[in-house]
Amino acid sequence: MVQYGRSGFDASFAALSDATRRGVLEQLGRADASITDLAEKFHMTLTGMKKHVGVLEQAGLVITEKVGRVRTCTLGLSRLEEEATWIERYRQLWAERFEELDKVVEQLKQKEKVDGRKKRE
Amino acid sequence: MDARRESEPTPAKNRTTVERTSERELVVTRTFNAPARIVFDAWTKPELLKRWWAPKSFGVSFISCEADVRAGGTYRFVFGHPASEQPMEFFGRYIEVTPHSRLVWTNDEGGEGGAVTTVTFEERGAETLVVLHDLYPSKEALDGAIASGSTGGFSETFDQLDELLLTLGASMGRS
Repeated sequence: MVQYGRSGFDASFAALSDATRRGVLEQLGRADASITDLAEKFHMTLTGMKKHVGVLEQAGLVITEKVGRVRTCTLGLSRLEEEATWIERYRQLWAERFEELDKVVEQLKQKEKVDGRKKRE
Repeated sequence: MDARRESEPTPAKNRTTVERTSERELVVTRTFNAPARIVFDAWTKPELLKRWWAPKSFGVSFISCEADVRAGGTYRFVFGHPASEQPMEFFGRYIEVTPHSRLVWTNDEGGEGGAVTTVTFEERGAETLVVLHDLYPSKEALDGAIASGSTGGFSETFDQLDELLLTLGASMGRS
């Protein structure tokens, strides 16, 4: 598990204080991209984008991997965050299901009441 | 504004909780305001199950819902979505069916990494506590499910597809 120290949080906040870097994270949330792609999307020089990605990488928010001549960037959520996010989505899935189940159960209860009354009559 | 309807008592919403209780197990809990036999019926009669298993918010609809709810019986749920020609299938086998108290089934659509689901129904006064366990074959299988990002829900899958189609459409329009 990834341990977050004070410096980890500071690095994250510093990384997130810049609008371009937030944009890059948003972009990577949709799909992985190369530094060249990102530089083009954000109308920047390759060097400028490399710096931004470097800051994000330092903060652990982005992971880069060089395949051949292309360096690809991926969102670098820590395993812990990833798991927490997944569990919350999984919880919502069941919560939505169970809200519908409440309605079905309520109807069955009503029906039972009515049927019970009919039998008694 | 905010006129309260007193005629139909709407039960307060009960909270759904989820916890990863071990390296390979997830536990979901929820209380329902009804006796266990009613809640159990809603899980085991296909025509009832169909009404809640895929709520509207999931963005999919049942194409078919077959479930032979007895030990050794199988189930197969098929769903469709307007954005996809391929239906989605979920299937498996019931291992245990104990009326009003316990259901166990396998989830086989994902191959060998699928979880075994155990649902227990525990009556507490006028309420029933439902506890659902998803037990994965290994830590790697559960970690893998988490890493894939899919929770077995549909909206997320189709949201991704919708987004992809949108992106493709936009990039085609641009060129």
